[in-house]
Amino acid sequence: MNSFKSFIVKYKSLVVLIILVVILSIAMPRFLTISNLLNVLTQISINAIIAIGMCIVILSGSGGIDLSVGSVVAITGAIAASLYKSGINLPVCILCALGVGALIGFANGLLTAKQKIQPFIATLCTQIIFRGITYVYTDGKPISGLDDSFTAIGNNRVLGIPIPVIITLIIFLITLYILNETVLGRHIYANGGNEDCTRLSGVSTDRLKILVYIISGLTAATSGIIVTARIGSASPNAGLGYETDAIAAVVLGGTRMSGGEGTMLGTMIGAVILGVIDNGLNLMNVNPFYQSIVKGVIILLAVFLDKKNKE
Amino acid sequence: MEVKPLLEMVKISKSFSGVKVLQDVSLSVYGGEVMALLGENGAGKSTLMKILSGLYKCDSGEIYLDGHKVQIDSVKDAQKLGISFIHQELSVLPNLTVWENIFLGHEVTKGCTKKIDKAFMREKSRELLKSLGCTFDVNAKAGDLTIGEMQMIEIIKAVSANSRIVIMDEPTASLTDYETKKLFEVIAALKSKGMAVIYISHRLDEIFEVCSRVTVLRDGKLIGVTELGKVDKNQLISMMVGRNLEEQYPYIAPSPGKVILSVEKLNYKNKVKNVSFSLREGEIVGMAGLVGAGRSETAKVILGEYKKTSGDIFVNGKKVDIKSSKDAIKNGIVYLSEDRKKEGLISNWPVGENMTLPNLKKYVGNFGRIVKKEEVIDFKEYAKKMSIKTTGYSQIASNLSGGNQQKVIIAKWLMTKPQILIFDEPTRGIDVGAKKEIYEILNELKKNNKAILVISSDMQEILGISDRIVVMHEGEVAGEIDRKNASQEAIMKYAVGISNRG
Repeated sequence: MNSFKSFIVKYKSLVVLIILVVILSIAMPRFLTISNLLNVLTQISINAIIAIGMCIVILSGSGGIDLSVGSVVAITGAIAASLYKSGINLPVCILCALGVGALIGFANGLLTAKQKIQPFIATLCTQIIFRGITYVYTDGKPISGLDDSFTAIGNNRVLGIPIPVIITLIIFLITLYILNETVLGRHIYANGGNEDCTRLSGVSTDRLKILVYIISGLTAATSGIIVTARIGSASPNAGLGYETDAIAAVVLGGTRMSGGEGTMLGTMIGAVILGVIDNGLNLMNVNPFYQSIVKGVIILLAVFLDKKNKE
Repeated sequence: MEVKPLLEMVKISKSFSGVKVLQDVSLSVYGGEVMALLGENGAGKSTLMKILSGLYKCDSGEIYLDGHKVQIDSVKDAQKLGISFIHQELSVLPNLTVWENIFLGHEVTKGCTKKIDKAFMREKSRELLKSLGCTFDVNAKAGDLTIGEMQMIEIIKAVSANSRIVIMDEPTASLTDYETKKLFEVIAALKSKGMAVIYISHRLDEIFEVCSRVTVLRDGKLIGVTELGKVDKNQLISMMVGRNLEEQYPYIAPSPGKVILSVEKLNYKNKVKNVSFSLREGEIVGMAGLVGAGRSETAKVILGEYKKTSGDIFVNGKKVDIKSSKDAIKNGIVYLSEDRKKEGLISNWPVGENMTLPNLKKYVGNFGRIVKKEEVIDFKEYAKKMSIKTTGYSQIASNLSGGNQQKVIIAKWLMTKPQILIFDEPTRGIDVGAKKEIYEILNELKKNNKAILVISSDMQEILGISDRIVVMHEGEVAGEIDRKNASQEAIMKYAVGISNRG
């Protein structure tokens, strides 16, 4: 009973999610159908994967945040699509896209760790730069006409489960393991708790910072490939504003913005809440303009509740 | 006619979640008096003062001011009644000027536009500064002042708010001897204005110097109130700890072996200049000097935290290249920081995880997984060896007392099996009983042939535990003194630059 209680305290956002699901199921019978739920999960996966990387960056402290994820989504999608169209085989295209994501992460890491530029500023700049590079690279036009074997990544199912959902689950489990069981995870939490103490304890904090941005670059690139596959084309405008959704998911999940406290499971719940809100509002035919307002207010409420609870 | 006390706190009690931290404690102070409040950490001093300053509410008890009963429910109430609390952590804003700080929160305005009256506030600040004998400029940025000067700003704030009772919590903890002297002059000035000062400090010498009476607390109870002329240090200590301390500084003769660490002509900017010294196994070398003499900087250069401009470091006779703490630990050098909160502990972390942080690789099993069971075994071993009072591996570090936190950090470093240990202010802010335990740990390490450097601003401590003393002055090693020739005077001469080695 006690452990159940502490679980609820730790994952208050889960309560919010359950309440949302109950309300939606009553108001919209269509919500609780398997096809709709799978659809929701597929849509969520894009933000969820980015949020996983974002969560690690924020957890690692030192003001860590990655605002460049949206641009990484766009450029990696464009690279995968253009390479694929030039006849290179799919796994190589994917590896190249992931490689570019990791490289951008590496750049973010260098700027923050070695040049000591505040992560907010550094990643804001790379966000702008790589958005621009994407426009130059694509000449501002979408790269379309991707065939079925590419779009399968976003739309096919294995054992009835959409591939994006499977990918999300795998990444989630890997990062969960890293955070909770390995030295790297311990160091991420340590640096988030107290950077000076961590460095003096013999941890290469610079290397750690670079690593978390590489992870975030990789997760954003993964999302970039999935987005491209789902739509069947790579748009230079893809991923606009994705950083906000990812940060919202992390915050909803109870992660402290200054790092050191938070969980991967919380972030997942946060991402699901956001997806469920989106889907519910869609099913209710709420005007998209209003959707944004409602979403913002709900996030604010959830965070407010969390804060009240902590006090 | 009998003089009434300015402040009387009568039979104050307070519990936190069922634990009694104050039990029927009374305290009275007269105007123009400096009252020392003495007790080990956890004795209830800060709780009592937090009740007086409105941060906490007492469960029972009464507070009288000038014989009238008062109700203090908030910090604002306390301020209105003329009670100021000068905390150990200063609340001066470094980005504002001196006068802006002094008038922060009660700015003087003029006219119907409510424009702030800068000229008036500057002038008033200047007067206040002068009345307390301070010489710094009111237009200076507070961040450019020394810590002692910033503290003066806090005191002036209290005076300008027409305070009648000023509480000072460890005011000299980070002051130089000169600044301490200045502070005492200011305290004397406050006294002559008829104000009452409640002075909390662990430094008994100071208490004898500035205070007239002392109130001693132990375990949340009032042990006694006495005039300082009627007791000596040992009596005070036994009142505080409830037992007689046979010897505050247990000393064992060294059996120094070969040189383990030697530092040659180390330079770092203009903070560390041509510093050379060596440490042998089985000895404790004390490093003395005034605040700002470059002692911590020297340690951090050795550690690779600060990049040396020139000079060499030898471990076991071999030249080493240390670029970071990581390299230092590999070479068997560990550093206990003077700043426990900022550099020593991750305060929201379990005690056990704090201990194993530098040594995590040891516990990695299959698939990169940390084997927590082994961590717990080591934690238990060290917690027992160092008699750390903790409820277990998962207790959050910030819930431990200062002394126990310090022991956790020492345990953390011992787990890395170091041969050279640099302790920077190892007993700062911890109580008398815990201090002695730390000294015993140091002696134990000495017996085990470790090389130990203790940086300390506490002269008694340096004299009490060191086999040799290196004194620094303005970034240089001003002199080295053997235990048998060591005295407070000898150290001071080097520390202020009167004597020099050459």
